[in-house]
Amino acid sequence: MNLGVRLSGIELRNPFLLASGVLGETGESMLRVWNAGAGGVVTKSIGLSPREGYPNPVIVVLPHGLLNAMGLPGPGIEEFAEEVRTAVEGGAVVIGSVFGAGPDEFARLARRMEEYGVSAVELNLSCPHARGYGMEVGIDPEMVREIVEAVKSAVGIPVWAKLTPNVADIRPIVEAASGADAIVLMNTLRAMAIDIRARRPVLSNVFGGYSGPAVKPVGVRLVYEAYEVTDKPIIGVGGVTTGEDVAEYLMAGASAVQVGSAVYYRGVEVFRLLAIELSHIMEEEGFSTVQEMVGLAHG
Amino acid sequence: MHRCVRIEDVRREARDVVSILFRDPCIALPGQFYMVWLPGHEEVPMSVSFTGMLKGITVRAVGPTTRALHSLEADDRLWIRGPYGRCYSIRGSRPLVVAGGTGIASLAPLVEEHPGDVLTLLGARTSEDLFFVERLRASSEVWVSTDDGSEGHAGPVTDLLERAVEEHEPDIVYTCGPEAMMVKVYAFASERDIAVEASLERYMKCGIGICDSCSVSGYRVCRDGPVFSDELTEIYEFGRFRRDPSGRRVPI
Ligand SMILES: Cc1cc2nc3c(=O)[nH]c(=O)nc-3n(C[C@H](O)[C@H](O)[C@H](O)COP(=O)(O)OP(=O)(O)OC[C@H]3O[C@@H](n4cnc5c(N)ncnc54)[C@H](O)[C@@H]3O)c2cc1C
Ligand SMILES: Cc1cc2nc3c(=O)[nH]c(=O)nc-3n(C[C@H](O)[C@H](O)[C@H](O)COP(=O)(O)O)c2cc1C
Ligand code: FES
Repeated sequence: MNLGVRLSGIELRNPFLLASGVLGETGESMLRVWNAGAGGVVTKSIGLSPREGYPNPVIVVLPHGLLNAMGLPGPGIEEFAEEVRTAVEGGAVVIGSVFGAGPDEFARLARRMEEYGVSAVELNLSCPHARGYGMEVGIDPEMVREIVEAVKSAVGIPVWAKLTPNVADIRPIVEAASGADAIVLMNTLRAMAIDIRARRPVLSNVFGGYSGPAVKPVGVRLVYEAYEVTDKPIIGVGGVTTGEDVAEYLMAGASAVQVGSAVYYRGVEVFRLLAIELSHIMEEEGFSTVQEMVGLAHG
Repeated sequence: MHRCVRIEDVRREARDVVSILFRDPCIALPGQFYMVWLPGHEEVPMSVSFTGMLKGITVRAVGPTTRALHSLEADDRLWIRGPYGRCYSIRGSRPLVVAGGTGIASLAPLVEEHPGDVLTLLGARTSEDLFFVERLRASSEVWVSTDDGSEGHAGPVTDLLERAVEEHEPDIVYTCGPEAMMVKVYAFASERDIAVEASLERYMKCGIGICDSCSVSGYRVCRDGPVFSDELTEIYEFGRFRRDPSGRRVPI
């Protein structure tokens, strides 16, 4: 079965990309995920300078999902050059994710990523748990519009805007981000966990982002809503674990998906498994291309 | 979520090393590790050093978190998740175990569980840093070395390799300890076509294979390891680089 898709001008061998922040901090890991069958790999979100992230605990394994507050650790954009090059030279389709405090910073970071040879740049407008970044940026439609415009005029490669689910209404944000070449929905849901025996929050940052199977219905809803207000391709993220999840996101309006937490649930092999599972569904349901399924649920 | 366990016993093993024993119904295999959390402190990886009905970790005090763990007593509570990672495989009939410093914590239960004829080489800085010697003697032959010569051979434990290989004729080598030592052990055994299993240590955050913090040349120490064998030929960072908490490469 041909699973290829064309997304914001990029040809992908399949619609399953590695989501940002999961095994995307080192070049060799990105290459490994690529070799395991991903259609592309999104890097960890990178900022201007090195950050250690929050102290442990930074992850809580819950019955139906994962809660994390890594605190955007990363080597900073200069040192990250080597990691991107390793992945690009190994043949991977790499999407560079960046986060910054405002339009200028986003534009500077995106330009560096372009120099490193990424196929597209993804703007993390949505990280819900790094103080001063993400959440504050992505809930403000004006700010979103300014950042997207600044980056669009700074680079020649496609620009993807990744949005936060932590807003009352996603539609004005999607409209504000529609200057981008694709809309990525969604980042993690703001959440927390308390250890009752310790009588305190588990995460050192108190709040974190919820991901995994539990959040899929929220992601599907956001993609569905976004599809009604934008003509730009949408990339669905949140809880994608099986081929059925992929098909559901496609029918909601996504042209591709990203896979994060499922790397924990099913291992790096998840990309190969998704390809098999989606192929079976397409055969059973009589689809010959992925594109045919996009937006079907809208009638 | 973490499991909250009650500590049954705390044993002083050496100058700055204690074992903390607790009851945990999960199966733990030699080479695996727990993520251990004492609320108010950082969560840190610790090898499983006792794998029976009573599970245990053996902690060297090197910084704030490990010092906090040293203040624990029987009846206190401890928060754990895991055990995680790949264990040592039980193979060969004449295993050679080479441990440096705290590395013996992860190897001790392997020595106990391995059905073969085990020779253990145990290196430490001084006699006051040595621990588990009696425990190991119960199930293997043990040769000791100390850097200052206060017990056993005077010098690095790798000095004992030549004679160990000659006299014991091992068919598998297991090693855990300072990386420079493990690199020597690996080179020595590989030259003689003896298989090696080495347990690596890297900065861990998630412990479950998603954050990339502990990765070495595309392998995750927390999930693909910490015990590596054939992969070692591909892990060119082995003995050369580690990464700090921000993911920057630092020479070892
Ligand atoms: C798989 C694995 C098994 C381990 N098993 C044992 C064991 O059985 N006994 C034992 O005493 N120690 C073990 N360690 C090392 C132990 O985790 C560190 O000594 C401990 O985290 C130090 O914390 P600290 O706050 O006391 O010291 P710090 O002053 O914070 O650090 C001292 C050293 O420990 C390292 N370290 C700190 N935090 C971490 C972390 N989250 N992950 C990895 N390294 C860290 C630092 O890089 C530094 O080199 C193991 C480490 C790993 C990765
Ligand atoms: C450990 C972890 C780290 C993450 N780091 C980032 C990040 O740096 N940038 C980002 O845009 N999203 C980050 N995310 C969010 C994911 O990219 C994704 O949007 C979210 O986890 C939902 O997808 P999933 O359910 O498939 O995991 C992270 C998620 C996890 C679990
Ligand atoms: S500690 Fe996160 S991948 Fe190993």
